[in-house]
Amino acid sequence: MFSFFKKKKPVEAPAPTALPTPAPHLPEAPANNAGGLIGSALVTPIDIPVPGAEPPVREHWVSKLKSGLNKTGASISGVFTGNRIDEVLYEDLESALLMADAGTGATTYLLDEVRRRVKDSGVTHPVAVKNILTEALTQLLKPLERALVIGEFKPTVIMVAGVNGAGKTTSIGKLTRHLANEGASVLLAAADTFRAAAREQLEVWADRNRVEIVSQEGGDPAAVSFDAVSAGKARGKDVVLVDTAGRLPTQLHLMEELRKIKRTIAKAGAGDTAAPPHEVLLVIDGNTGQNAQNQVKAFDEVLQLTGLIVTKLDGTAKGGVLAAIALWSRERQKTAPALRPVPVYFIGVGEKLEDLETFNAREFSQALLA
Amino acid sequence: MFQSLSDRLSGVLDKLTRRGALTESDVSEAMREVRRALLEADVALDVVKDFTEKVKAKAIGQDVVKSVTPGQMVVKIVHDELTAMLGSDAAPIDLIAAPPVAILMVGLQGSGKTTTTAKIAWRLANRDKKKVLMASLDTRRPAAQEQLRVLGEQTNTPTLPIVAGQTPQQIAKRAMEAGRLGGYDVVLLDTAGRVTIDEELMDEVAEVKAGTNPHEVLLVADSLTGQDAVATAKAFDGRLGITGIVLTRADGDGRGGAALSMRAVTGKPIKLLGVGEKWDALEDFHPSRVASRILGMGDVVSLVEKAAQNIDIEKATAIAQKMKKGEFDLDDLAEQLKQMQRIGGMSGMMSMLPGMGKIKSQIADARLDDGILKRQHAIITSMTAKERRAPKILDGKRKRRIAAGSGTRVEEVNKLIKMHRQMADMMKSMGKNKGLMSRMMGGGGAAPSQDEMARMQDELAKMDPKALQQLPADLKDALPRSLQGLGSQGALPKLPGLGSGLPGLGGPRFPGLPGRKK
Repeated sequence: MFSFFKKKKPVEAPAPTALPTPAPHLPEAPANNAGGLIGSALVTPIDIPVPGAEPPVREHWVSKLKSGLNKTGASISGVFTGNRIDEVLYEDLESALLMADAGTGATTYLLDEVRRRVKDSGVTHPVAVKNILTEALTQLLKPLERALVIGEFKPTVIMVAGVNGAGKTTSIGKLTRHLANEGASVLLAAADTFRAAAREQLEVWADRNRVEIVSQEGGDPAAVSFDAVSAGKARGKDVVLVDTAGRLPTQLHLMEELRKIKRTIAKAGAGDTAAPPHEVLLVIDGNTGQNAQNQVKAFDEVLQLTGLIVTKLDGTAKGGVLAAIALWSRERQKTAPALRPVPVYFIGVGEKLEDLETFNAREFSQALLA
Repeated sequence: MFQSLSDRLSGVLDKLTRRGALTESDVSEAMREVRRALLEADVALDVVKDFTEKVKAKAIGQDVVKSVTPGQMVVKIVHDELTAMLGSDAAPIDLIAAPPVAILMVGLQGSGKTTTTAKIAWRLANRDKKKVLMASLDTRRPAAQEQLRVLGEQTNTPTLPIVAGQTPQQIAKRAMEAGRLGGYDVVLLDTAGRVTIDEELMDEVAEVKAGTNPHEVLLVADSLTGQDAVATAKAFDGRLGITGIVLTRADGDGRGGAALSMRAVTGKPIKLLGVGEKWDALEDFHPSRVASRILGMGDVVSLVEKAAQNIDIEKATAIAQKMKKGEFDLDDLAEQLKQMQRIGGMSGMMSMLPGMGKIKSQIADARLDDGILKRQHAIITSMTAKERRAPKILDGKRKRRIAAGSGTRVEEVNKLIKMHRQMADMMKSMGKNKGLMSRMMGGGGAAPSQDEMARMQDELAKMDPKALQQLPADLKDALPRSLQGLGSQGALPKLPGLGSGLPGLGGPRFPGLPGRKK
């Protein structure tokens, strides 16, 4: 059994009384109050059952990822069937990496790395090259591996952004399930007030997960977020998840709107030990090509991302663009050591609520090169 | 879209064209660069390999035509191959079938099917005056049917009432029946998103297809897709026999490799591009233009095309010649006024400029009075031929006659003469490369207000200069030379290509604009 989240006690460990909890002001708002208004938003409480702890099946996604690859015939295991390490082999490796969306930069880097290591170690068999490549890719991706920390702040406010159709709302639904399974109380904020029926979609997820949701008819996304964070504080929630509308990084006015939402969330949490949002996640469609890198850069610039979720890896897409992103973060860290890489918290591998997995560099590399 | 690819390719090819002679290794080297550029633009590896091999084979065996450098020849070959890859003619949505014509929308999750469905409905209803019904067969994603219903309300398109618990096949059948009974021209069927390897869902949509016999099966795909675009296109085409591709989010990236890949592996045309959040943000895909654009010739073509339809290039050139010599008489002014009118007056012209969409309403609010164009034209036509050639002879008596003849007042005649004189002076000084726009703005209180103009300048300054700069050479030649190179300072660095297409811009302010408000 692996741990899905890293749980931390609140920073000031002996201070449950010292913490400025807003609860005393309220007449002990019970969680199953029959609906009430907080701010201008309607809060619909739903009973949260004690989570049935079902152990997640870890092997699940690796096999899914692999089966997707095999069906396209894009699997590169065939590359290593020869018995010589020659240029043809390297060319095939290059093709495999490029076809996984690794991009020319990361591909060149990885191949140079492999050539160097092959020379140093003096291996002669192609299968050894595969291991070396897996190793090189794992090392490249390793800095992106980190667990999402919850429990350090109460509530931990997580803001989720991304381009249209990346899978933000679905990822939030899945994340909520996992959080609920771990016993955390979750409040959802439907701050996607732009797309038709986005609110309804999130409400369905809320229903399925039996958690509460803050939404507003045609409201301002920043206002909804503010209300949600306030409500989360008032109701003593563990986690507040803010779903925002999809937008392209080229739509500058919409990027400004994101900045505003973040600012407003911080205002709602003014006076806390650390101003929310504590996590700002970018959801990336696993089918995305080299533009994924642009997305990370653009959203990071506006929001200072703390993590990524890569979705739709259950299809035939391989998500190799993570290699490009990893290489980019590494280069960036060289010039600006203060900027840490943006880690990949989760990957989405299917349509079911459970189909969200933590990111493991080695497993990912193995699946990609399987 | 395609901008970054275009930058890379033109850089590579630029190096080639400067060479006098090319060796095989020069070509190979260039092709390696081309390969890299295409891969960085997310073009599928197989497609890239195929492309570079074809170009190389042709380039090396090619007889070089006289008066063309070998490098130029290679550029020509690359252009031809690109065009071949993209197909040559635009392929609009085909509705030629017995109504109700079913259009089936398929694609991966989150590719933009539902939004595209609403955009197509909006376009067919508003532009083609069709009666359109939309139906969502997405029973999987939460609130998907609700989403289409809301979009239907927003676009004023009827949607099939939602009946809970029906299968996609049943909904499709119901939609077609409703289409027949309601006398609809088109029924748009929006299906659930799926991963390409989901056999169950593929079977389901294949059944829907068999049941509704759609005239178009459109694959909706994300322009930002990487290498997997090929797998997606093949899978859907193989199972469902798509008739065309709609690329969404074409405004989100400068790569556009997915477009090249999908067209290449399926041979199916790209029919439409989604380019924004608004309902009308849907564009026809013009392959031949795109090929030129990828090679760095810019796509002002769309803009200039419209202007070119209406402006007689020869006349414009003749005027330009006269301007150069400082001869600019009232006949020429009349001609310009007429052309301004033909392209829809000031607001029409403004709306054609890229980046102006946002301030369209402000332009409308400013109430640019195109009636003034007509009156000014009437004044000129009330003059004798002699007067038009030599406005100097106009005295009080003549002016009164002209005012009476054109139904205007002497003041207006005076105003026109003054405007003409200013324009003529302007023409003379133009060669000195003074900022055209700053002069135009110099008019002060002329509508739109300075603030609006400043904002407009910001808009223009933000747009990609390259697109404007790279006007096809032949087009540049056809346009008045005297106007090229104008406005090369200030906030509008790259406007010359545009300005030159629109001779009406030549004045101290727009000739048709009402002057300072009194």
